[in-house]
Amino acid sequence: MTDALLSVRNLRVEFPTRRGILTAIDDVSFDIMPGEVLGVVGESGAGKSLTGAAIIGLLEPPGRIAAGEILLKGQRIDNLDAEAMRRIRGKRIGMVFQDPLTSLNPLYTVAQQLIETIRTHADISEAEARSRAVALLDRVGIPAAARRIDDYPHHFSGGMRQRVVIALALCAEPELVIADEPTTALDVSVQSQIIDLIKEICAERGAAVMLITHDMGVIAETADRVAVLYAGRLAEIGPVREVITAAEHPYTAGLMGSIPTLTQDNARLVQIPGAMPRLNAIPQGCAFNPRCDRAFDRCFKDRPDPLDRGNGRKVACWLFDEVGAAAKEKANV
Amino acid sequence: MLAYIIRRILQSVLVMLVVALVSFALFRFVGDPINSMVGQEATIADREALREQLGLNDPFLTQFATFIGRAAQGDFGISYRLQQPVMELILSRLPATLELALVSGVLAFVFGVGFGVYTALKRNGWLSNTIMTVSLIGVSLPTFLIGVLLIWVFAVELQWLPSFGRGDTVQIGGWTTGFLTATGRASIILPAITLGLYQMTLIMRLVRAEMLEVLRTDYIKFARARGLSNRAVHFGHALKNTMVPVITITGLQLGSIIAFSIITETVFQWPGVGALFINSVRFVDVPVMAAYLMLIALVFVVINLIVDLLYYVVDPRLRVDRAASRH
Repeated sequence: MTDALLSVRNLRVEFPTRRGILTAIDDVSFDIMPGEVLGVVGESGAGKSLTGAAIIGLLEPPGRIAAGEILLKGQRIDNLDAEAMRRIRGKRIGMVFQDPLTSLNPLYTVAQQLIETIRTHADISEAEARSRAVALLDRVGIPAAARRIDDYPHHFSGGMRQRVVIALALCAEPELVIADEPTTALDVSVQSQIIDLIKEICAERGAAVMLITHDMGVIAETADRVAVLYAGRLAEIGPVREVITAAEHPYTAGLMGSIPTLTQDNARLVQIPGAMPRLNAIPQGCAFNPRCDRAFDRCFKDRPDPLDRGNGRKVACWLFDEVGAAAKEKANV
Repeated sequence: MLAYIIRRILQSVLVMLVVALVSFALFRFVGDPINSMVGQEATIADREALREQLGLNDPFLTQFATFIGRAAQGDFGISYRLQQPVMELILSRLPATLELALVSGVLAFVFGVGFGVYTALKRNGWLSNTIMTVSLIGVSLPTFLIGVLLIWVFAVELQWLPSFGRGDTVQIGGWTTGFLTATGRASIILPAITLGLYQMTLIMRLVRAEMLEVLRTDYIKFARARGLSNRAVHFGHALKNTMVPVITITGLQLGSIIAFSIITETVFQWPGVGALFINSVRFVDVPVMAAYLMLIALVFVVINLIVDLLYYVVDPRLRVDRAASRH
């Protein structure tokens, strides 16, 4: 795994508050290979967006990276100074945010925002930047790009604005694009177009994608691998086909069971009982233990580390530990 | 756009008429101008003759109609006290007030925006905290006290600046300016600070609050995520977005600066329209008071109009919404 484009190693993000330190992301590790699409799923508050913000160096204070490292092509980027990190943002790691209606500055034309971004990262003339911007807008599917480029963001519909946002995220040709719920704010009818666009255009440019979403359907269609986060911890990671068809972590299995399918038309959807714990009330042992129907004594005592299950799969669950399995059998007898 | 301007101008005329009515009605109750115009020895017949000559015996509506009719032509009558045409009096005093208002308005805007941006960007720095604390004084101290304090420190103790008057002035056409002489420039500093301090702290606090708001928005986050420099993010993206409310307040404050220069002009014996107004009140000089109120109303109305038009320059969304609603 040394040739990974991005390596997140034992990342820990904390928010110091008056009542003590909240750990929002706790010991999360994963890799993203060049050109790969990694899906990151989890409930609201599981730490998906924070992971993205930590990678690109835009954690809102007082949030901070308390431990672990983030490596981009083997070079640490979590401890860079502000100016060096700024050069990486946009140029090497692009980001697409959730809400295209608020991501663009309403007072500048699309052209102004694109050209400004392009010229921040490349030493080229205004005219050259403009022609690049037009080509890019054309590529992301804005009709009559050469004319529309001088329009203001409010002239565009939501889906079109998200295309503009994608163009902005890609205009300095980054190696990695972090897409933070890029379709949540959009109409269902344009969601798949936007996802397809992100996938295609990144594949074209060889850029890897970290796709943050809570939509398993999107992950199933788009991602190569998927990482499941729960309460700031990594529950399971692996190739998307295997995780979807044979989820190992009980939480992932519950997530999969909650997706409606066309084949089992009258079956009730599985519901995971309870809610994700608040950050200041994460139980001892496995964070999922209060909601897990397969939890046994060890789950309430020790926290499971991600266990290697072969083929790049990892599961943080005692059920798959030799000792744990044995204990479980004993419990069942 | 043109229809909008015409509509706004018609509204403004209506506002002016109402102001005229209110001020005209009010001044009927401030006292009898005849008393201060004639001496002790004037006979009842003399007084009656003067009353008749000034039209004070006409019915209220007739007097008001005459007043409006003349005012529309720029004729506000003759000052009871100084026996000069009111327009002439006001025009001769207006440059002093406008220059004072301009200087304090510019001071308030430049320092208000500057300090506001600084304190928003360096939220917890010691200098920011100092500025914020000092600004509280600017908000809470009354204008006349600030004026007197400044006179005491800079004119009496340090003797750096003159304590009263306008210094030497130069006549350019119908305009007297103090900007071209050294004493004129020195004289305007203290009154301008006195008049502008409150507005400056107001603008500063507004800019700070707006800026903090804007810095939290998604498009600022996205601008950072694209790797734009802090400079571009703060001054290109954030500051421009804070300007719409700031322009409104600054514009309206400019009106207040002109209107409330009365106190500052009194403290510094500044020969402007504010001082003229105060003296007129003392002598129940109704034509001057009415003209002054109309002038202030006009200033507010015009500034409001300009502010509304400035929105179009700053915010492209308004241009479209307005165009769309017209179709």
